[in-house]
Amino acid sequence: MPAAPEPPPTPATTGAPAAGRPVDDSDLVPTRERLAAAVAEAPPEEEYGPVHDFATDFDHTDEAWVADPYPIWDELRETCPIAHTERYGGAWLPTRHADVSAIANDTENFTSRSVVVSRGRPPIELAPAGIAPPITSDPPFHAAARRLLLSVMSPKAVADLEPSTRAYCRELIAAMEGRDVVDAAVEYAQHIPVRVIANMLGLPESDGDRFRGFVHGILEGVSKPLEERVEVFLELFEYLTPQVEARQAEPRDDLISMLIASEIDGEPITPFHVTRTVALLLIAGIDTTWSAIGASIWHLADHPDDRERIVRDPALLPTAIEEFLRAYAPVTMARLVRDDFEYEGCPMKAEEWVLLSFPAANRDPEAFDRPDEVLIERAPNRHAAFGLGAHRCAGSHLARMEIRVALEEWLAAFPSFRLADPDAVRWSAGQVRGPRALAVEVS
Amino acid sequence: MRVRIDPEVCQGHGRCYALAPGVFTCDDEGYGEVIGDGTVAPGDEDAARLAVDSCPEYAITAE
Repeated sequence: MPAAPEPPPTPATTGAPAAGRPVDDSDLVPTRERLAAAVAEAPPEEEYGPVHDFATDFDHTDEAWVADPYPIWDELRETCPIAHTERYGGAWLPTRHADVSAIANDTENFTSRSVVVSRGRPPIELAPAGIAPPITSDPPFHAAARRLLLSVMSPKAVADLEPSTRAYCRELIAAMEGRDVVDAAVEYAQHIPVRVIANMLGLPESDGDRFRGFVHGILEGVSKPLEERVEVFLELFEYLTPQVEARQAEPRDDLISMLIASEIDGEPITPFHVTRTVALLLIAGIDTTWSAIGASIWHLADHPDDRERIVRDPALLPTAIEEFLRAYAPVTMARLVRDDFEYEGCPMKAEEWVLLSFPAANRDPEAFDRPDEVLIERAPNRHAAFGLGAHRCAGSHLARMEIRVALEEWLAAFPSFRLADPDAVRWSAGQVRGPRALAVEVS
Repeated sequence: MRVRIDPEVCQGHGRCYALAPGVFTCDDEGYGEVIGDGTVAPGDEDAARLAVDSCPEYAITAE
């Protein structure tokens, strides 16, 4: 059993700047040496087998969870309702909407210093910004770092991106001409967010495979040895740092250049802050949106009645999308327990994880009638797919536009389609859940 | 009927102005705002109620 790691001796918990003031962070830029030191401090690697009891030993990468997590959460919610595991150096799993909401809103006891559960914890010296501001930032720095992104992610800004998004969806569909079976996850859903975010950031679309490699390594490789995970972070920063430097020398008309020119409290943000926020935008928008589009297509492929209703009456689509987001919410976030703290009778230890399962919250019968049924006309629908509290997904308006346009174009091209082989559908493991193999017959 | 958004609670999910665009709008950062003084025209009442009941943060009240 791995010991819970000691909270590192540090200035960061007490010495964080009081306001959102930037700090000199150049000595924190990831290098192989610095990351090797962090790996050496992590709790030792333990061998765990398959899960036998999700209440006391859960693992969100376990085969049974990946195949079908909903019955697991339902049982935990009725019997537990906050599960624990010693894996990953200790982690908790609330399953009720009320607990997920309370913890998401409690930034005092739960820090966002890392939001992806793995064996390692990022260096505490990165506070208050964290490794990927603002998602890894705590108040008060968080609000200032987040404000840099909100106007470029607002509904008005997103509307300007709709025509190019639609054109790209049509290009992907045109490339399927004459085929009977296509993979809607691999050949369609995954490409849309990559193209959109690459264009926003001003990065070459041809680097899409690299972006997906980073995303896969960081979000889906959580059980890999830390040494391998560290390599992915190094590659990501080695890729992004020259991109930021090039725009420092010569600004362009893109989001990276806009971030370089932005300020917090009248001071320019540091190049390392820019790089980390770009890393966030690149990582957070791809797997997630890909998953939401893919899960929606998967549902429609498997539910001809719902598909036919929407094809007959496209005005149903926005309400249906909200229901797909509720029922198949792709994103589970995480927090770290700041200091030893008892929550609802659970003795949470400093540096233990809490998995914030918005997908489990969305299936809570206390919050939703008939939660395990997908009702495409469900309204109102107070789902939490984009999170709750101050860390509400900053890209939610962008994601909703991409999902809607992707489904509109798909249904216009393929009003009738079905799963080619239901048993061959494969779902991702980790904190982002969506189909990664989704062969559908479209003829 | 009159609606009010608590700006301390609103996180900018954007459900209200998507579901009841005659009653709510958004600021430049995507946070919801009531149009005018929040008084709801009779034809907008159903949409306004849907918006109140769809806010993930419970940030909107109606009276």
